[in-house]
Amino acid sequence: MYSRGYKSAVTIPPLLWVTFFLLVPYAILFCYSFWSVSSLQTIVHNWNLQNYAQLFRNPLYLTVLLRSIRIAGAVTLLALLLGYPLAYYLSFHAAKRKDLLYQLVIIPLWASYLVRGYAWKTILGSDGVLNGFLQYLHITHRPVEFFLYSPFAVILTLTHIYTPFTFLPIYASLEHVPRNLVEASHDLGASPFSTFLHVILPLSLPGILAGATFAFVLTLGDFLAPLLVGGPSGIMISNIVVSLFGAAYNWPLGAAISFCMLLLVVTLLFATERLEKRFTIS
Amino acid sequence: MSGATHSSRAPFLSAYALFVYLFLYFPIVVLIVYSFNGSGVGGFPPSGWTFDWYRQLFADSALWDAVLNSVIVAAVAVVIALGLGLPAALALDRSQFPGKALFRRLVLLPLILPGIITGLSLLMLFVGVGMKLSLVTVVLGHGTALISVATTEIFAGLQKMDRAQEEASLDLGANHWKTFWRITFPNLRVSLIAAALLIFTLSLDEIAVTFFLIGRDNTLPLEIWSRLRRGITPEINAISTLILLFSIATILIWYRLRTRTQSVGEVQTATALLPSSLEGESQ
Repeated sequence: MYSRGYKSAVTIPPLLWVTFFLLVPYAILFCYSFWSVSSLQTIVHNWNLQNYAQLFRNPLYLTVLLRSIRIAGAVTLLALLLGYPLAYYLSFHAAKRKDLLYQLVIIPLWASYLVRGYAWKTILGSDGVLNGFLQYLHITHRPVEFFLYSPFAVILTLTHIYTPFTFLPIYASLEHVPRNLVEASHDLGASPFSTFLHVILPLSLPGILAGATFAFVLTLGDFLAPLLVGGPSGIMISNIVVSLFGAAYNWPLGAAISFCMLLLVVTLLFATERLEKRFTIS
Repeated sequence: MSGATHSSRAPFLSAYALFVYLFLYFPIVVLIVYSFNGSGVGGFPPSGWTFDWYRQLFADSALWDAVLNSVIVAAVAVVIALGLGLPAALALDRSQFPGKALFRRLVLLPLILPGIITGLSLLMLFVGVGMKLSLVTVVLGHGTALISVATTEIFAGLQKMDRAQEEASLDLGANHWKTFWRITFPNLRVSLIAAALLIFTLSLDEIAVTFFLIGRDNTLPLEIWSRLRRGITPEINAISTLILLFSIATILIWYRLRTRTQSVGEVQTATALLPSSLEGESQ
């Protein structure tokens, strides 16, 4: 029903832009991952699989990758444990305060990443708020060093940042749970817990999947929190990429790692999309 | 409606929800409190209330240059993202073309893709075409990454729109352009303003993509970032508090605008980040 002119006017400009600024750059990234750096610090365009081979041979990369996956897994789990009950409370128990409580979650969601990361740094530091507090109460007598600059600090900070992200899709899916199904389950004598387990939880699985994907993918790609609060023991895979693109100057190897990350993200998205469809009732 | 019977007392759940809110707001409160702390960044209890850090902040010209850079970048990013997000949303909502699914995925990918990948691949593009890194490259990066936000926001607005008006306009002989300017665009105004606010705030805070595309002039987050590496001062608490207040204000306005066009449960931009969210209804 739309004229050809109108159709091309709305499709072609964004299509061109996205091709040039997203598709082409990803393709360049892909190409770089097969090149290498000469001893003179120039990029050599001889195609080979050296970079990918190095990823598997050098234990450093595998160690850091596994650590990143562990950290991302921990953040995902914690964000779900915090986000799901909160979403459930808002959807089923908040009644009139729903709107206000919802806004209270949205604010930290969109509020500055850097500001929140920095806040944790001031809390966890050796002369930070937490240590000051513990000494004030005479629980400890000298600063506890391991709060800051540890994987623990990274997990805490990122959980704080991604919990609202996880909350949102879960809340949306809980809001879509047909209330008459819940009602029917109650009427048929199911306990609240069994109603939750057999009716509400399965229907909110798409939201859980979406929330978990966010938390996992975004944590896996994070390089700022490790720099801010992680210290050497909290280094993650993206930090390696950053250093390869900076001081270490090995763009091709950095590109190979980035491309693996890109592939992982896209695979995860496809997988969750598949799963989501299976669990969604139409 | 029937949820009422379910709203029985749940003391444990309420307490848990309260705990989550405390966790979410604790760092924010600490940050604000210590921006007025006379004895520096850390320590407990905070003592010696002062406005010194704010005074120091207002006299810090390097920081204000960065603020100005950030505002310019964010404003241009809004124009780019809306300029391309609006047609993209129209295309996804009401036209069929080959490669539509791929197009949708590509446009939305930066929403969930870690900023480092978007940043790096754009860096390679700019280096490849011989462009010098500057605020221009930063703007192009922000604009590109935020088309995704513009598209989901405007798409949501389009879905809520009453189609009958557009159809009537077309039936009465107006062509598509006329219908767009007289009916679609005015109806979308609130969605566009809401999208612009959100994009502006996100661009102002953006750091992962900017990190790779920045030239000599810093944006505000990058300026703060470089200062953090030299050690932390309460001045950073002060600027962070101001950024926070600004974000909260824009987020609340965005939320109000957004709920004017749709019901509360449906304000779910972050859900729309997932590729599947633009499916189904659009077919």
